[in-house]
Amino acid sequence: MHPVIALVAQRFVLGLLLLFAASALIFAGTMILPGDVAQSILGQSATPEALENMRRELGLNEPALQRYFSWLFNALQGDLGTALTNGRDIAESISKRLGNTLFLAFWAALISVPLAIFLGLLAVRYKDRWPDKLISAVTLASISIPEFLIGYVLMFFISVRLGWFPSVAMVNDSMSILERLNAIALPVTVLTLVVLAHMMRMTRAAILNVMQSAYIETAELKGLSSFKVIYRHAFPNAIAPIVNVVMLNLAYLVVGVVVIEVVFVYPGMGQYLVDHVSKRDVPVVQACGLIFAAVYIGLNMLADIISILANPRLRHPK
Amino acid sequence: MSEPLLKVRDLKIGATIFPPGEKPRDIEIVHGVSFDLERGKVLGLIGESGAGKSTIGLASMAYGRGGVKLTGGEVWVNGRDILQSKLGDIRALRGAEVTYVSQSAAASFNPAKKIMEQVIEAAVEQKKFSRNEAEARARTLFAKLGLPDPDNIGDRYPHQVSGGQLQRCMTALALCPEPDLVVFDEPTTALDVTTQIDVLMAIKEAIKDTGVAALYITHDLAVVAQVSDDIMVLRMGDMVEYGSVDQIINNPQEEYTKALVSVRSIEHEEKTPNSDPVLKVDGISARYKGLTHDVLSNVSVELHPGQTLAVVGESGSGKSTLARVITGLLPPRAGEISFAGRTLSPELAGRSRDDLRELQMIYQMADTAMNPRQTVGTIIGRPLEFYFGLRGAEKRKRVIELLDEIELGEKFLDRYPAELSGGQKQRVCIARALAAKPKLIICDEVTSALDPLVADGILKLLLNLQKAEDVAYLFITHDLATVRAISDTIAVMYQGNLQRYGSKSEVLSPPFDDYTDLLLSSVPEMRLGWLESVVANRKMESAGN
Amino acid sequence: MKNIPISAQIGLFFTGIYFFMAIFAPLIAPYGVGEIVGDVWEPASSSYLLGTDNIGRDLLSRMIYGGRTTIFIATAGTLLSFVIGSILGFFAAVVGGWADQLLSRFVDLIMSIPTLIFALVVLSVMPVTIPILIVVMGLLDSTRVYRLARAVAVDISVMEYVEAARLRGEKTGWIIFREILPNALSPLIAEMGLRFIFMVLFVSTLSFLGLGVQPPEADWGGIVKENKEGIVYGIPAALIPAFAIATLAISVNLVADWVLNRTTSLKGGRG
Repeated sequence: MHPVIALVAQRFVLGLLLLFAASALIFAGTMILPGDVAQSILGQSATPEALENMRRELGLNEPALQRYFSWLFNALQGDLGTALTNGRDIAESISKRLGNTLFLAFWAALISVPLAIFLGLLAVRYKDRWPDKLISAVTLASISIPEFLIGYVLMFFISVRLGWFPSVAMVNDSMSILERLNAIALPVTVLTLVVLAHMMRMTRAAILNVMQSAYIETAELKGLSSFKVIYRHAFPNAIAPIVNVVMLNLAYLVVGVVVIEVVFVYPGMGQYLVDHVSKRDVPVVQACGLIFAAVYIGLNMLADIISILANPRLRHPK
Repeated sequence: MSEPLLKVRDLKIGATIFPPGEKPRDIEIVHGVSFDLERGKVLGLIGESGAGKSTIGLASMAYGRGGVKLTGGEVWVNGRDILQSKLGDIRALRGAEVTYVSQSAAASFNPAKKIMEQVIEAAVEQKKFSRNEAEARARTLFAKLGLPDPDNIGDRYPHQVSGGQLQRCMTALALCPEPDLVVFDEPTTALDVTTQIDVLMAIKEAIKDTGVAALYITHDLAVVAQVSDDIMVLRMGDMVEYGSVDQIINNPQEEYTKALVSVRSIEHEEKTPNSDPVLKVDGISARYKGLTHDVLSNVSVELHPGQTLAVVGESGSGKSTLARVITGLLPPRAGEISFAGRTLSPELAGRSRDDLRELQMIYQMADTAMNPRQTVGTIIGRPLEFYFGLRGAEKRKRVIELLDEIELGEKFLDRYPAELSGGQKQRVCIARALAAKPKLIICDEVTSALDPLVADGILKLLLNLQKAEDVAYLFITHDLATVRAISDTIAVMYQGNLQRYGSKSEVLSPPFDDYTDLLLSSVPEMRLGWLESVVANRKMESAGN
Repeated sequence: MKNIPISAQIGLFFTGIYFFMAIFAPLIAPYGVGEIVGDVWEPASSSYLLGTDNIGRDLLSRMIYGGRTTIFIATAGTLLSFVIGSILGFFAAVVGGWADQLLSRFVDLIMSIPTLIFALVVLSVMPVTIPILIVVMGLLDSTRVYRLARAVAVDISVMEYVEAARLRGEKTGWIIFREILPNALSPLIAEMGLRFIFMVLFVSTLSFLGLGVQPPEADWGGIVKENKEGIVYGIPAALIPAFAIATLAISVNLVADWVLNRTTSLKGGRG
């Protein structure tokens, strides 16, 4: 078997193992903490009967290991259980919200990825000159600003003062794609700004790293034009690190979505999760945690696999 | 008289440096150098690190590496001053009229592209040849440079061929566009000595066959003497001496040149074994975790008090592994080490404080061998405190004594390693080893990272200290000149085996085994025609067999 | 001061002001933290410098007290994550072997779940009090400190001067405290600044989501939450704490950047 296939398979299996372990951790995080879960859900004033009912409902009287495996087994079959607060099927509630969240993340990625790569290249091209310095100053600032600040500033100035876009990103089934895009314009902008800074900074570093290699000097000493040096010699070696950067930041985006959805009251996974954390609805929290972790681990695994595939030493072994 | 191919007049080169904690400032690193190079001739540029030789070489392509700027003077190539040319004209010159061979071919080849594509790129791009012509030419060059399977080697990726082969591919890359001038920048320095001679010969013949002119940059006078017509000696950005090879090697005028020519001519009378050995290595085999083969197999050597055992070999010979086994960092799989009459525990943790004290080590890179946050006084004082419990004034007095012994003196007491030169750092490391009053010091390539003259100083110091302190050295090196200079006993290592072992005179006298013969005959000698005579001898031998 | 670049001076100045206000909050704040002094969302005036909040409390006073809570939680969380992360990181690097493997794989696992998500999962079953917030955030963030401390210590421990100390027979304690720590300190201190910023953002985010500091206690993220409804009516009260978070974070970042730059140049010399 080709060593690359073996390595990719290995990463894949490793990713699955990690996901399995993460699911155990999420389960353990909600179940085996100090104190009684039923107590902390119902509060100090709960009657003993109510506590006992809650324990039965959560299956707390069975051994933890058994509960974990039945939870995991059901989750693998798409059964995420029912919410404590309203008794609705969790998988059903999540599926639509997950779609909404992915819709939001998709547009944010579509705008931020090309923009970040372009600005990263620009910063490298004008290294240590004003465009580079401006870009790094803006980057430093935006890394220091919480997502919800960017959200409210845009909301305050663009939607309230200028009245350009709705301040609340409500979407529903009856809306056309254009209406939807109009509704999510602000949250997408905020998400883009949030991810852009990180992605640009890392892209710049990745390209600079390649541009400082000795083979770039060789190419320059062959009398090639700047364009050809970059296109023929820097680009093939920069793809892997850049793709890696993009993947890592998409994973970051998945988390940024949580806060932005709350700010713009967007009916997605993030808002669903936050709502049910405050209601202490453990099954919902577990399900959302598992899905977020799966997306995050999946993207990281993809980044790993892409850098293996792009490595010429691995693709063409001795 | 026709115009020379390359005419350099009063070339001045500057650079911006960034001293820590200060504002960046501009300094001049080459202060007005002039020379001519005729078509088809080879000029050697020689000097120690910081002499500005690579910078001058790249200036002939109007290229400044990093923050280097060509600040003044003229560089005429084929009748035009390229320092005044437009970027487009300079690009037309690079890769067509002037090409470049770097020290590290491994880093200079793009890892993502096949060798052939990179070799012919300049020739095709500069419209010197069509793609097919260039490929045919590259294959001819591969064959001429002695590369295996010249018709197909171009289809491989850079990481799929060896270091010596890649260096030859780089030469093919430089020669492929049929340039007028090739700049060779230390092309053999990173190679093992037995590989170096092949690459050197290949380069020399390629230069001769193609009639190309060359700037050959190196720090090794013996190497440059084999390939050049003229030599220019540089020091700290100034020209020291400029003349024909014959004049520079056989009749140097300047003191500095004389020192360079006579470098490594330290004479050392071989001592005979006088008493029981201080170190006895018996049947040692060792391997690193995760490897399936031994890096050392069944090695036995002895070392007598006050004497030097030189362990010599190329990369991968296992010589540094031997040092790790003796120090206890790598417990052996088999065999035993006795030291000063006691059997040493194979593990570091099992050794007594006296075992540790009496066996000291000096490293190749003095930079990383000293804690950058400690002063010289602390570094040398720590073993005094640790082994002998010296404190305060007593310790300080002893540290100053040691500083005097290594010819540095009291004023170095409060300096930090970053404030010392390479040679001074190595001296401090020697003092730290001596502070423990050891019976044996393991010296691992201690002079390899230093310029030849500085290295000579360190070797002389080590010899003097050996006389004064009666300490034994286990001297690990790849450099046979160093071996000649200091050893009493020699162990030649090859692929983890002890290839040849005995007193210096025995090991260095015939009859030789094949490997030792190859190794000894590959060391460049400071005389004209050495390369040809070795190659002729080898051809004769192989014909005779 | 003359060797400190202007950006770092600005950073130090503002960081200093924020910490000063946090420490002396009761002396500086014109009104009490929960005191209702005026109308809902009164504009800025001479008696209420930043106006009033959603139920008529003085916003400046709440900002000062809120800053105190935010900075206290962030500082305590940072210290906790540093103590745990760096001790375990150094331990793993120096000892190596299975202890290192075990710790490192466990940290990999924790980091495979986004920090915010994991915090939400845990907080869904925990009573949300300030000590619990500090412990949860500190423990989660110590994974990052662990990775850095371990990486720095591994880099240093393969240096030949550490090997030389081992060959001399020095004890593990000497090697950690005399050989490794002095060389690891600067990058760790710079990282401490970044971790502090992260903590500020983290606790503010949690409070903003309603899962951090609980009312009537004030903290910056909570003040944003309390006043966010005003945005829609064009009342910028919610932007003020958010602005405070951003300026504090940028100031600390400027200082951390300077410390880090000083570190890299220290490799070449003493500076």
